[in-house]
Amino acid sequence: MKPLFVSGPSLNLRVTLLVLISISLMIAEYNRSDSLKSLRTQLSALVYPIQYLVNLPVKAGQWLSINFNSRMQLLSENARLHEQNQQLLASQQQFEELNSENTRLRKLLGASARIKDKVQMAEVMAVRLTPFSRKISINKGKNHGVFEGQSVIDAYGVLGQVIEVGLLSSVVRLIVDSDHKLPVQVVRTGRQAVAEGKGVIDRLNLLYLPNQDIKNSIKVGDLLVTSGQGGHFPPGYPVGIVEEVNLDIAQPYAQVQAVPKALLERNREVLLIWTDNPEPSVETVPNNIGGE
Amino acid sequence: MLRRWQGMWFIFLSFIGSMMLDILPLPSWAAFWWPDWSALVLIYWCIAVPHRVGVVTGWSVGIFHDLLNDTLLGQQALGLCLIAYLCVKWHRRLRFFPLLQQSIFVGGLVAMKDFLVFLSAWIEGLGLIQHLPAVWTFLYPAVTSMLLWPWIFVILRDFRRFYQIT
Repeated sequence: MKPLFVSGPSLNLRVTLLVLISISLMIAEYNRSDSLKSLRTQLSALVYPIQYLVNLPVKAGQWLSINFNSRMQLLSENARLHEQNQQLLASQQQFEELNSENTRLRKLLGASARIKDKVQMAEVMAVRLTPFSRKISINKGKNHGVFEGQSVIDAYGVLGQVIEVGLLSSVVRLIVDSDHKLPVQVVRTGRQAVAEGKGVIDRLNLLYLPNQDIKNSIKVGDLLVTSGQGGHFPPGYPVGIVEEVNLDIAQPYAQVQAVPKALLERNREVLLIWTDNPEPSVETVPNNIGGE
Repeated sequence: MLRRWQGMWFIFLSFIGSMMLDILPLPSWAAFWWPDWSALVLIYWCIAVPHRVGVVTGWSVGIFHDLLNDTLLGQQALGLCLIAYLCVKWHRRLRFFPLLQQSIFVGGLVAMKDFLVFLSAWIEGLGLIQHLPAVWTFLYPAVTSMLLWPWIFVILRDFRRFYQIT
């Protein structure tokens, strides 16, 4: 039963209005409007149920596999984890000693103490974002204290940074996204560079490594860590291993490639890092602030 | 009045279902070929019940997609609202098209939407061309959507008749 008189604005008018709204929204967001950012944060709560539903079967599968694992499997896993824990504890002892030594030396030098970062676990949601870029969605958002630009790591290395904060979920740009650049440092020599994503899952480009004295600054197998330059990423987290060093005579800089250490797009759990500003004076002992 | 809201829940559920299909995690080779489920469902309802589902619905679904895919707000909304516009405008003609001709039209619509999204992402300056195996990859969903259309059409039509949505 169609209404006899069509009420409301005509189809042409409505579509023109909507097209104009879409275009102005796009322009506003492209120019990083703050009000639009908060609008997106609020609206993201609307789509969270859909993401949750898609994620559910994966979660249910995990729950089932945990519940119906055979006793033997659980026992062997337990034993393995126990052994791993022992090893970690052993290396932790050494680490504690090194840490206190480091603090002592820094005190002698008058440098500020390095502070333990606060870490929280987040789950990667099994949902797909646009195929154009390397991003993942995680199940922690503004309500959990996540902020834009926050660093995300996994058990092996740096994963990426938060670019979009929703109320209950956030979007993380991986370090291999072609729009991502990360200041790094070669552990062995202290040489600084910038690791740029290529859009390929297992490759990083190292920029700004000059051709001359490349032999002394970097070689295949070197470990790269975050340098803390730029202030986004806390220093000292592993990023990747150098895979290929090629002199490029046509360019002032050599072509260096690395393989990321983090298990990109293969992990279920990631860690969010909260770093305190490196302001506190020398007197602060890590133990007091570590928990926060 | 009661008639007007009859079966609205089914239309709503079909859109939710299509959005869930759209964000299903897939290996990347399959993701390039994955059909545009939301666009297909939207096209069907625009042709079948154009006085209920139209440009505003299309635009809202598009905004949902922008939030789900983390694209600029309005990017997919623009495409889907234009698809809805063309379908509502020509719904009488489209109803009499044979399925093959409809499929080709649907493929064209999805291609148009993908092209708009691609264009605006390119203007936005995303390095997306590096992510695509070939430049034409962004048109693959149009091909699969075209092949899928007859099935979507038949299934949704049967449901529509069963729940008497007019």
